[in-house]
Amino acid sequence: MKLSKTFDKSLWVFHVNSGSCNACDIEIVAAVTPRYDTERFGIKLVGSPRHADVLLFTGPVTTKMKEKVLRVYEQTPDPKVVLVVGNCGDTTGVYFDSYAVEGPIDTLLPDDAHIIYANGCPVRPENVINGVKEAWLYLEKLRGDDE
Amino acid sequence: MNGENGAEETTYEVPIGPIHPALKEPFLIKFRLDGEEIVDAEPHPGMNHRGIEFMGMHRNPMEVIPLSERICGICSIVHQHMFTTATEHALQIEPTNRARYIRTIMCELERIHSHILWAGVAAHEIGFDTHLHLTWKIREKVMDLLEYIAGNRVNYSMWTFGGVRRDITEEMHPKISETLEYYEKTYDKLENIFLKDPSIKMRTKDVGILSKKKALELCGVGPTVRASGVKKDVRIDQPYAAYGDIDIDYVIPSRYGFEDKGDVFSKTVVRLKELLQSIDIIKQCVAQMPEGEITSEPKKAALFNKLEKKDGEGIGRIEAPRGEAIHYVRLSEGREDIDNWKIRASTYNNLPTYAPMFMGEQIADIPIIAASIDPCIGCMDRAEIVDIRSGETETYAREELHELSVEKTKKLKEEGI
Repeated sequence: MKLSKTFDKSLWVFHVNSGSCNACDIEIVAAVTPRYDTERFGIKLVGSPRHADVLLFTGPVTTKMKEKVLRVYEQTPDPKVVLVVGNCGDTTGVYFDSYAVEGPIDTLLPDDAHIIYANGCPVRPENVINGVKEAWLYLEKLRGDDE
Repeated sequence: MNGENGAEETTYEVPIGPIHPALKEPFLIKFRLDGEEIVDAEPHPGMNHRGIEFMGMHRNPMEVIPLSERICGICSIVHQHMFTTATEHALQIEPTNRARYIRTIMCELERIHSHILWAGVAAHEIGFDTHLHLTWKIREKVMDLLEYIAGNRVNYSMWTFGGVRRDITEEMHPKISETLEYYEKTYDKLENIFLKDPSIKMRTKDVGILSKKKALELCGVGPTVRASGVKKDVRIDQPYAAYGDIDIDYVIPSRYGFEDKGDVFSKTVVRLKELLQSIDIIKQCVAQMPEGEITSEPKKAALFNKLEKKDGEGIGRIEAPRGEAIHYVRLSEGREDIDNWKIRASTYNNLPTYAPMFMGEQIADIPIIAASIDPCIGCMDRAEIVDIRSGETETYAREELHELSVEKTKKLKEEGI
């Protein structure tokens, strides 16, 4: 799929809390608010996965949220990037032996999903910005030469 | 969406995903409506169940300290404090005096960041995103101080059995007093915005009223009931850490010339005035801090030995930013793991107070009333509306509720002018 040059410049992000402890969630909000201010790059939190380019997952995916995580992933139009924020989405972290946890997220999503990790427990706002930068670099590769 | 002409002609389900870019976890409240007026509300929690108590009962107490702070990322100090004090109670060891003061300072710093965070969320819910950005900018200052003292912005892992793991030394005092001065200066700005701005007043005054009688009946805790005039604060009723040595009083609106009404406005008053109280407490703690060790059991091996050999049970209580919370811990001899661990967070007590607060209010007021108790297990992700005239069910997504709320603010502003 060829993308236009403008596509990857202002990424719209949809945030999914799949059972996280709030810590990453407040750090994501901190990344949007004035100190870190990701909105200057055109990055914006949106209200629907159908509007999003990047899916931002926090949390280890609890049993009740598993189906909803997959549904949100399917609802997001291609091309999309999954940004897993925090350690528990990556490895389930401190919740590794819980009966109520289905994660990590990469075992649930389809094989062709492009996943980027922003690690930390909780993640630092700088690292969220770095994760979005990685998403840019990936989406840049999909850009068409002739456009 | 529900129009002004009544709900019958417009009842339909809006399928905007099950998850929303809310600030916190998913959560469901069922409302029964008569036109625009809410006649019943029923909360349905449980989406975020991670089985933390179960996991804790399969680990040794030392490993549970980092787990306990990951119960909630906003009140991580609260949970590790309760868990460590409950275990200390079971082990019958005491924290050192210096550690008590350090713990108090950290608890109060967390209260500052949590209350400012709440103010931002409340402003966002009624459609003042400028204030959300302003308050979060103000909040970064205390996050810097927390990082300076504890080494991380959130999840500090500072507690250990018998004390703390990081000291607040003499050279940290200038940075602490500088931060406190900054908050004393910016406090007036916050008060001007939240207590004097006419449009915010219109959205918060006489909205979501919790009477003193109902507050007592439903056993609410923290700022939610203090706003109704109930004098209830663990820091004063049953002092822990260094609160026994410190001069504090209940923060209720009538002390500052406001009415003890229990509406969203009174809750804002309580939270803002608690900022000043926290600054005062930290100042007293820094001034009175005794010399000495920061932990009563510096040898890890001896501590593990004690943890394994001790039979006992203990309770840890705390006044979290959202109200009283309790941990119960039981240890048994010869077992490395915790025998039993029970957590009761403050939002659990405050949820039943939703019912009287929502009664008779409008749909557009749902977001701000839901936020008024500062729910920790999630702000309202999705609300199911049952119209009692037609009996049809309608699902409102959080975003739409937010839009309704913003529209109401705009309308009120125009009328006010």
